[in-house]
Amino acid sequence: MIDTLGLTAERAAALLDAREVTAEELAGAYLAQIERHDGELHAFLHTHPEQTLEAARAIDARGRSGLQGVPVGLKDLLSTRGVPTTAGSRILEGFLPIIDADVVESCREAGLVSVGKLNMDEFAMGSSTEHSAFGPTRNPWDPRLVPGGSSGGSAAAVAAGMAPFSLGTDTGGSIRQPAAFCGIVGLKPTYGAVSRYGVVAFASSLDQVGPFALTVRDAALLYSVIARDDPRDSTNVGPREPVSLPSGTSLAGLRIGVPTDQLAAGVDPGVRALFDDTVALCAALGAELGETTLPHASDGLAAYYLIAPSEASANLARYDGVRYGLRVDAPDVHAMYEETRRRGFGAEVKRRIMIGTYALSAGYFDAYYGQAQRVRTLICRDFAAAFERFDALVLPTAPSTAFAFGDKVDDPLAMYANDVFTLPVNLAGLPGLSIPCGLSDGMPVGFQLIGPAFSENRLLEIGHALEQAIGFDARPPRLSRGVA
Amino acid sequence: MTTYEAVIGLEIHVQLRTRTKMFCRCPNRFGDAPNANVCSVCLAHPGMLPVANGEAVRQALRVGLALGCRIPERSKFDRKNYFYPDSPKAYQISQYDQPLCAEGAFQVPGEDGGFVVGITRAHLEEDAAKTIHVGGEAGRIAGSGSSIVDFNRAGTPLLEIVTEPDLRSGEHARRFLTLLRATIVATGASDCDMEKGTLRCDANVSIRPVGSTGFGTKCELKNMNSFRFLERGIAAEIARQTALLEVGGRVTQATLHYDPSSESLTVLRTKEEADDYRYFPEPDLLPVAPSPTLLEELRAGLPELPVARIARLRDTYGLPDATAATIALTPSLADYYEELAALTGDPRLAANWTMGELSAHLNAASLEAAASPVTPPRLAALIALTVAGTVGSNAAKTVFGELVADPAVDAATIVERLGLAQVDDADELGAIVDAVLAANAAEVAAFRAGKVQLIGFFTGQVMRQSGGRADPKVVQALLNDRLR
Ligand SMILES: [Zn+2]
Repeated sequence: MIDTLGLTAERAAALLDAREVTAEELAGAYLAQIERHDGELHAFLHTHPEQTLEAARAIDARGRSGLQGVPVGLKDLLSTRGVPTTAGSRILEGFLPIIDADVVESCREAGLVSVGKLNMDEFAMGSSTEHSAFGPTRNPWDPRLVPGGSSGGSAAAVAAGMAPFSLGTDTGGSIRQPAAFCGIVGLKPTYGAVSRYGVVAFASSLDQVGPFALTVRDAALLYSVIARDDPRDSTNVGPREPVSLPSGTSLAGLRIGVPTDQLAAGVDPGVRALFDDTVALCAALGAELGETTLPHASDGLAAYYLIAPSEASANLARYDGVRYGLRVDAPDVHAMYEETRRRGFGAEVKRRIMIGTYALSAGYFDAYYGQAQRVRTLICRDFAAAFERFDALVLPTAPSTAFAFGDKVDDPLAMYANDVFTLPVNLAGLPGLSIPCGLSDGMPVGFQLIGPAFSENRLLEIGHALEQAIGFDARPPRLSRGVA
Repeated sequence: MTTYEAVIGLEIHVQLRTRTKMFCRCPNRFGDAPNANVCSVCLAHPGMLPVANGEAVRQALRVGLALGCRIPERSKFDRKNYFYPDSPKAYQISQYDQPLCAEGAFQVPGEDGGFVVGITRAHLEEDAAKTIHVGGEAGRIAGSGSSIVDFNRAGTPLLEIVTEPDLRSGEHARRFLTLLRATIVATGASDCDMEKGTLRCDANVSIRPVGSTGFGTKCELKNMNSFRFLERGIAAEIARQTALLEVGGRVTQATLHYDPSSESLTVLRTKEEADDYRYFPEPDLLPVAPSPTLLEELRAGLPELPVARIARLRDTYGLPDATAATIALTPSLADYYEELAALTGDPRLAANWTMGELSAHLNAASLEAAASPVTPPRLAALIALTVAGTVGSNAAKTVFGELVADPAVDAATIVERLGLAQVDDADELGAIVDAVLAANAAEVAAFRAGKVQLIGFFTGQVMRQSGGRADPKVVQALLNDRLR
C-alpha cells in the first residue's frame, strides 16, 4: 500500500494518471492512515469511509483527469449536505446541513474526494484547537503540543498524511498559525476571493476559506479549485486573475519589505533566528530587501478582539434551540434560550459573545466598535503605504512554535497574543501565505508572506521559490519512523 | 385653562410586491401552507448569507421618489439584534443611520388648503415570521401552552416610512395615510391592504400647550388596521393625554393598543428604558449606491401620482376637490372616470355615475373598475339615454343593474325589452292626469284653496299610475295646465 505521509496532491494525481493506483486505493490508503493515527491525534470529528470509497469508485468508473480522485479534508464549519457539521460545538451536535458550502461544491465539481470533517476550536474561536467541544487535536510532530488553531484538525491531518490537502478558515490566523505549528503550507486568501456561502460564520468581515497543503504548488492547486465568484455571497468577487501554478526559483526583481517595528513584539529567539535566515535567503534568491513599518498594526490585536466578537455575538445568536441543533427544554422561551446556550456553548465562545455584546451596547458602541473600525482603517492605510514600496511583506507567522496543552488555555490574553502577526492581515483583508522555514528545537517554524489584495499568484511564486531553496521535509520524524 | 395641540408622527410598514423575499429566493407570497416558502437562508441555517433583492431596492426607490425623498448616494444595511422565535437569525437586517430614502415632503391637498407632512426617511428591512400561540385567546400568548412559527413571511421585503411629527389630529393622519396609500399603490410597489397587513401603521402621539415648540412625552399606538381606526385611535389617545394633563397628571411613555370595538386604549407595556438593539453595519452585505441613471429611469417610469391627478381632475373637469380626490385615490376608478367623461362629454354627470351606481356596484362585487362588466362605453350609452329623456332616473338604475347582470346586452335593448322607455306622450299622460285629479277631488279643492305643496302628491300619483315611466317634465306641465 502507498505511504501517504508526505505524499503531495500533485504526486497523488500523477500516480492516478499513471494508473499506478486507483482512486479507491488512494482513498483507502488515506482512510487507513486515519485509522492508524487519528486515535492519537484526533484531527477528525467525523469520517464516513463508505461514502469516501463510494465517491472514489465512482471516479474510477467514469475515468478521470486533473485532481479527480485526490482526497481532501474539510474543516467542520464547512457545510456538507447530509454530513454532520458541528463547527466544534455541542450546540450543533447532530445538525445535518441541507446544502453544501460553495467551497465544498467546488471540491466536488473538481472530483476531490472528502475523507471527513476536521476538528477545530469551537466556532473557530481559538489558537490551539483546545476549545473544541469534542476534545483537542494533537500536533503530529509532538502529541504533547497543540497543533495551533482554530483549524488545528485541518493542519494536523495534512501533516500526518491523513489527507494530501485540506480546507480551513482564517479569521485572525486560523490557517497560517496551525500551518506553521504543523510544518505545512497555509494560504489565507484575499477577503472576497473565496465564497463564504455555507461557511459557519465567526466574524463575517474577516472569515476566509483557504487551503492547507504540503507544498506551495498543492496549495495553489486547491486554491484554484475554491477561488471563484459566487453570487450567493455578496462580499465575494472571486480571484482577479486565473490562479497560476508557481514554478520559478528566483526572486529577482521582487521588492520584499520587513516591518521591523512589528518584530519588536516578543518573538522566540529560535523563531527569530529562522526568520532572519529566511529573509537573508530572499536576498540570496535575488529579492531587493528593505525595511518598513506598520505603525498601527500593534493596535490590531485590540481592534480585532472588538470587531470579531461583535460580529460573532450577532452571528451566533441564531443558535437559539428553535429551529435546529441543541434544544434544552425549559418552562418558557427565554429560559429555553438561556439553558440551550448555557449548555451548548463553551467558555471561550461565551466570553467572546459577551465581549461583543458589550462592545455593541448603546453608550459603548462608539468607544469600542467604532474606535476599532477606525483603527482598522488606519491599518489598511499602513499596508497600502508599505505596498507602494514593496511587492510583499514578511513576518514570522507566529511568535513561537507550538506550545503545550494547557499553557495558554487559562490565559486568554496570552492565547490572543499568538495571533499578533496574522490578524492585522485579516483586518486589512489581505492575502497571507505561511510556509515552513525550518525547525526550532525540533518543532516547525512558519514564515509569513503578505501581499496586496488579490496578489495570491505572486505570493505563491515567492513561496514556491523559497520552498525550493529551503528544502523543508514536512514529514514529522516520529510518524516517518512509524513510532505512533 | 391651557389648550393643547397634538403632535403626531407615523411609522408605516409597507410590504413590497416582489417575486421573491428580501434576501433569499423564496417566493414572497401569502396564503400558502405554513412553512412552504422557506429555505436555509430565511431559516438562518449556519453559514447562510443574505443577497439583497434588486427588485425590492428598485420598488423602494420608486416609493421614495414618489414621496419626494432625497436618495442618498450610498445607503447601507445594519443588523438590529433581538431574540424572539419570529426572528430566525435573532437579528433583523434593517437600515439604521443611512437609509435608502432620506428626507422628503408630502403634500396633502384639501378644501381647507391642505397641509405638508415631512418624510423623515424610508428604509428597507425584512419582515419577521408569524408566531401563533396555541391555546391562547385569538392566538395571543396569554394562556397559551405552546407557540408555533410560520416562516413564510420571514424575510419578506418591508419598506418602513417614518414621518416627521407634522400631523395635528387623527383626521390629518387619516387623510395623509389615505393619500400615501394611493400614492404607493400607484407606483405599483405594494397593494397596501391594511386588512391583509400589507400596510401597517403605528402612531407616535404627544400633546403640548398651543404655542409651545417643545415636545410632550409620546405614546405609541400600535398596529391600527384601518384608516377609520387610525383616526379614532389617535383621537382617543389625544383625549386620554389631555384629560391626564388637565387634572395635573403626567403622561408616561407607553405602547398602547386601540380596541375599535370598545373604543378603548390598552397599555401593552411602559418603557422604563429604551430598547438596546445593538445596531451595527451588516458585514454580509455591500452598501447600496443607486446610480443617477437608475434613479432617472425610475423617476421617468413613475405614473401620474394621486396628488397630481387630483389637481388635474379638478382643473380639467371642473370637479369639486372632494370628488376629484375620491376618484383620483383609486387609479383604476380614475381611468374609468376619464374615459366615461370623454365618451359622454358631460364630466359632471360622468362623476355622478362614477361616484354613485358604479362605485356601489364595484364595492358590492369587490371589483376593480377595469374589471367591471359595465365598461365605460356601455355606461356612456345608458347615460346618453337619460340625457335624451328616453329613460328616467329610476328606470336608469334598473337598466344599470341589468348591464351588470348581462354583459352581452346594451342599454337600449334592455330599455326596450323591459318596456322602461319614458312616456312623454301628452295624450296618454293627459288621460292619467285626468283620472288622478278626478279620483282626488278633495285634494284638488285644497290645492285650489292655496295648499300648493299638494303638487308633489299629484305628481307622485301620476308617476305611480304610469309605472314610473312618465316623463316628470311632461307630467309637471300637464298638472300645471289642468290645475290652473
Ligand atoms: Zn428563503
